[in-house]
Amino acid sequence: MIILTILAIIFILGGVFFFTTATIGLLRFPDFYCRMHATGKGDTLGALLAVTGLAIYNLHHGFSLATILVSIKIIFIAVFIFLANPTATHAIMRAGLDSDVEPWTKKEVPK
Amino acid sequence: MRYIITFIILFLNWIIWSGQFDAWHLTLGIISCALVTYLSHDLLFKRERFQKKDITETIRFIKYVPWLLYQIILANVHVAKIALNPRMPIQPSLITFRTKLKKGISLLTFGNSITLTPGTITAEIRGGEYYIVHALDRAVADDLLTGEMENRVAHIFEED
Repeated sequence: MIILTILAIIFILGGVFFFTTATIGLLRFPDFYCRMHATGKGDTLGALLAVTGLAIYNLHHGFSLATILVSIKIIFIAVFIFLANPTATHAIMRAGLDSDVEPWTKKEVPK
Repeated sequence: MRYIITFIILFLNWIIWSGQFDAWHLTLGIISCALVTYLSHDLLFKRERFQKKDITETIRFIKYVPWLLYQIILANVHVAKIALNPRMPIQPSLITFRTKLKKGISLLTFGNSITLTPGTITAEIRGGEYYIVHALDRAVADDLLTGEMENRVAHIFEED
């Protein structure tokens, strides 16, 4: 069971890492659209990893019908996040375009 | 046929979510699943009978998922690198291109896949024909325009 705990720790730490980079990206990127890149992607993988880690950790009490059912439910959450997150990102992005938010572009440096 | 399959899928879901195995809860499950199957049997499977195409599409889609997961990890590493880089090497742009995909399901899969792969987000699908995509730098935009992913999606849903 110690292996499961270690696996769970690795997954959750990975999730925390990607959430952190998503937040740093959100703070550092210049405009609305670039920030969507950071949160839309970082959150998807971060949540997937963290939730998978929890599903694995839930099994460390032993494999019984009850714990396996709970783990399956947790995996379902991951699947729904996986489906909903890109769609929501796209919807917010489109709302930005529709309300004419100007995309930031790099000024061309004359050579 | 599709009644039976819809019922089995619904009932499996019922068992997973309820986690109760006594006669009372299972009977409740059978009744409500039967009712939902009767009311919405045409939502899950459009056609009356299954065709060989449905099965090949499903198998191809399952093969596509691992590649997509791999792309998602690449995408996150890509964004993480840029976010942590002190000089922040980005050059954002909006690109528009025409797609050869026709079916709704393939447009949806392609749109979501673009959002999940490195450095690009689908902003709009105009008229089911033109994709407007926000790209974080030139390199990822060029990758997208090679059309590799579009071909993969087309292979799943639009080839026999």
